[in-house]
Amino acid sequence: MRYTPHTPADQERMLRAIGVDSIDGLYRHVPKTLRHRARVNLPQGLTEPGVRRRLASLAAQNAAAGDWSLFLGGGIYHHFIPSAVDAVISRSEFSTSYTPYQPEVSQGTLQALFEYQTLICQLTAMEVSNAAVYDGASAAAEAVLMSRRIQPTTRRRVLLSRALHPQYRAVVRSYLQNLDDVVLEEVPFDAGGATDTALLAERLDDRSMCVLVGYPNFFGVIEDLAPIRAACDRAGAQLISVTTEALALGLLKPPGEFGADIAVGEGQSLGVPMNLGGPAFGFFACRKKFVRNIPGRLVGETVDSDGRRGFVLTLATREQHIRREKATSNICTSQTLCALGATVFMSLMGRSGMRRLAEVNVARAHRAQARLVRGADLAEVFSGPFFNEFVVRAPNLQQLFAKCAAQKIIPGIALEPWYPELKDCVLVCVTEMNEAEEIDRFVRIIVE
Amino acid sequence: MEFPEGLKYSKEHEWVLVEGNTATIGITEYAQEELGDIVYVELPEVGEKVVKDDPFGAVESVKAVSDVYAPVSGAVLEINDILPDNPETINDDPYGDGWMIRVELSDKDDLSDLMDADEYAEYVRQQKENEDDEDEEEPEEEEDEDEEEDK
Amino acid sequence: MSESSSSSPRGVAAEPKLIFESGSRGRSALFWPAEGEDVAAAIPSALLRQDIAGFPELGELETLRHFTRLSQRNFAIESQFYPLGSCTMKYNPKINEVAARFPGFAQIHPLAPSDLLQGALALLFQLEGMLAEISGMEHVSLQPSAGAQGELTGLMLIRACLTERGDPRKKIIVPDTAHGTNPASSTLCGYDVVQISSNEHGVIDAAAVEKAMDDGVAAIMITNPNTLGLFETQIEAIAEIVHRRGGMVYLDGANLNALIGIAKPGHMGVDVLHMNLHKTFSTPHGGGGPGAGPVAVKSHLAEYLPVPRIVKADGRFALQEAGAKSIGRVRSFFGNFGVLVRAYTYILSLGGDGLEEASRMALLNANYLRKKLEKSYQLAFNEPCMHECIFTDRTQQRNGVSTLDIAKRLLDYGYHPPTIYFPLVVSGALMIEPTETETPETLDSFVEAMLAIAEEAKHDPDLVKSAPHSTPVKRLDEARAARKPVLRWEARAADDNS
Repeated sequence: MRYTPHTPADQERMLRAIGVDSIDGLYRHVPKTLRHRARVNLPQGLTEPGVRRRLASLAAQNAAAGDWSLFLGGGIYHHFIPSAVDAVISRSEFSTSYTPYQPEVSQGTLQALFEYQTLICQLTAMEVSNAAVYDGASAAAEAVLMSRRIQPTTRRRVLLSRALHPQYRAVVRSYLQNLDDVVLEEVPFDAGGATDTALLAERLDDRSMCVLVGYPNFFGVIEDLAPIRAACDRAGAQLISVTTEALALGLLKPPGEFGADIAVGEGQSLGVPMNLGGPAFGFFACRKKFVRNIPGRLVGETVDSDGRRGFVLTLATREQHIRREKATSNICTSQTLCALGATVFMSLMGRSGMRRLAEVNVARAHRAQARLVRGADLAEVFSGPFFNEFVVRAPNLQQLFAKCAAQKIIPGIALEPWYPELKDCVLVCVTEMNEAEEIDRFVRIIVE
Repeated sequence: MEFPEGLKYSKEHEWVLVEGNTATIGITEYAQEELGDIVYVELPEVGEKVVKDDPFGAVESVKAVSDVYAPVSGAVLEINDILPDNPETINDDPYGDGWMIRVELSDKDDLSDLMDADEYAEYVRQQKENEDDEDEEEPEEEEDEDEEEDK
Repeated sequence: MSESSSSSPRGVAAEPKLIFESGSRGRSALFWPAEGEDVAAAIPSALLRQDIAGFPELGELETLRHFTRLSQRNFAIESQFYPLGSCTMKYNPKINEVAARFPGFAQIHPLAPSDLLQGALALLFQLEGMLAEISGMEHVSLQPSAGAQGELTGLMLIRACLTERGDPRKKIIVPDTAHGTNPASSTLCGYDVVQISSNEHGVIDAAAVEKAMDDGVAAIMITNPNTLGLFETQIEAIAEIVHRRGGMVYLDGANLNALIGIAKPGHMGVDVLHMNLHKTFSTPHGGGGPGAGPVAVKSHLAEYLPVPRIVKADGRFALQEAGAKSIGRVRSFFGNFGVLVRAYTYILSLGGDGLEEASRMALLNANYLRKKLEKSYQLAFNEPCMHECIFTDRTQQRNGVSTLDIAKRLLDYGYHPPTIYFPLVVSGALMIEPTETETPETLDSFVEAMLAIAEEAKHDPDLVKSAPHSTPVKRLDEARAARKPVLRWEARAADDNS
């Protein structure tokens, strides 16, 4: 494939205009030692059908939803995506445009992001949202960094619930390991599968900076943030809620109503394909009073010289291109097109649709869990209330996975690699995309 | 351009009004002009100590942030509480309503390093001449206007 | 809100409503019958919400129309020429979009067992190899989500390596021409930034590095070609100086489009670099992402790379999660896999020859524009440029016309402006990068527009200073947006939103 349109005649004419005899002449100033061994040793390019064939054969070697039955959650979810979402984000006016630094010709992107920010505020019941960051995990890390900017230097202890997604905890650790003043601690979970609130309260003190809790957590359990908020209040620590399954917020009490200081999470459930975990986006919302400390882009409303409403990137003095080493973050390119997809999704679902879809998840997941626990005789592991994911214990996990694979089923995520004490436990997710028939097959396999 | 008599001026374009042992501090007309429309002002808390030549706050325009340096040392007695909601006051009335902080002087000798109105007027004239001459912009502030390529 | 002003345009040009200002109570585009869920039995009421106040309520056509109308208020590569310096706004191939949407790539879950993801792992493994070959480096991690995250990752690798040697050091040398993410990433990694100045030719002197380099410096971050579009001719000497004192060289690979087949960073003494797949490798910019910023390293940094690593044994691919010395993870799962598929498709499409040719044509286009514009606009540096060239507004300033005005006037001519006011070392910078996918005719038209504006600046400066005139909105009041930030829509009390 070639996307360069220049004919030999074009090149000749241009070289003549420039006043060099060949293109080589344009970079003769690059040291010879480098020029002489710069050849790129890759195979010749392919035609378009050739490319398509190669990619198709690679794609065929992966277990895709629709072909396989996936009962997988753990931070990425198989949800319904209306066709209209892709129709919008495929429009080249959205996909091939640049970051809206020239607002007069970017009102499409800017208004859509303003709508996105509003939707996230409404969904989380928080006062301010940014225009998205990379993913839920880096959002959690950025939230801790933000808390560090806000809290006094005497407060540098961060408490992470062990029931928060393991990869999120790992990313927080990576981001913070280079800042010598922060101490990270993990708080265990209880028999219900939620953060041990009593232990958390004990560990909180006047050196605590913030607490991070999954909502719902990695095990699918819906934690009650009220006692955690109360414990944070007594200690003067900030509460950061982290939601990996954003669709749950269509039904659950939003973090803002619990008084979270910062609410972050993964937005993939909102109209973004699984894509092997990316790209999707991280949402980031907080209290209004912290707005000048928020990382990432912000879109604001204003007027033009004729008094017409318009939108611009604003409060840019927080960002790297102006504040450089004192910026709130280094983030530049983010995940705008994915956030746009989510905006379309949330608009299509609307007030009642978000709730309806969430309710269907609850229905299917709870029915499936009941059948697995009673009918297939798997053990329920956690007693806490759940949204669409739950943990069960099977007598022989390896056998279970093998039997399922033979029927093109992936039964869930084995938890032992992250939680050695949860041997033979599997995290099962059931969404509106898992048909009753699939669940029937799943149960039958285990029983046989 | 105005250079009110009775004020002292620093090289960083702050002005000081001395009344007894109290100093009122703000930024000059030249400074606000260079910055453009001011959108946000960062001020210290009452009671905080400010140290001569160290930044005590910041003034933001849309595309730039400028530290504001203490021309004298002292303890903050008062801050101008209209500035958080009306930062443009500094543009409109830099020497009057646009004052930023009032401090209790800890060392009157600090004042001897400052310029009077005539000296400052000459200093500003020099600055303007230098700007006209050069190609390069020297960012004392972190400044960037519109656009930037993304990573 | 000025909706009902009598001078407002009607029809297609009319100001769009916000999605919250449209629709009707009770409307939804979702058709999904209830399934008799007894939510109250499953979840305690204290954990349930009443409603999502203010959420939109529209039908499907209404929604589509809303976003389609919005899209028509955007410039984009497929409609307009976008000569944004250092952004590399080249054509985003459609075949990449087709490939990324194959269900075998879009509908796969990252926590599925590896043996059920062999195609995906093969793609990632091959892409790592391709990027290593292109950059002349040895190992690659595809995890970082964007260039800035790549920078942070690279600096973390350096820090981990030096810490293991017992000498983490405190400083990073950053040139004055660096992109803002360079110092921001340094701070995020716990370093202090030491700035050095480029010389009168726009490049860094080895002597300046020698002066700034000491045993407290962990690394120098250098962009090559730099943000002025100039090749850092002294890079090999600079690398030698830094290495001699125990530091490392980080290359910001944002301008890689100028180098393929011309010079490999791996031969320049670079220890680690990042690449921007949404620049050099044609993945779409999306209005601000998603992108990808993979890092490539020499062997001495390989053991610190983020986990998981993809390993190949007996023709099968597996994930190596454990890495005792790894810096850990910088994000969840594998990175922006959908973006990686597009970049892989692009590299496969062009092949080695095609990639080299792309860089050559990029240089040709940039130098052609430079030649055509240098009589009317003042060049910032009279040095050989590579894939981009940089002018100032000095000539136009004689009539009070600034770079900003020129940029806004270009909008009236239907062009997205070049990068403006960056880098900071050039006053009123206008940085032009055409990329290789533009025809000579497009370049000629752009030149015509620029020359016309130069004339206007002389004879009718007010026309330029009050631009744009023909865009959906005129110049926007950014001061107001910053002073009184309105960052979301709110229902007015009178609205029926209960």
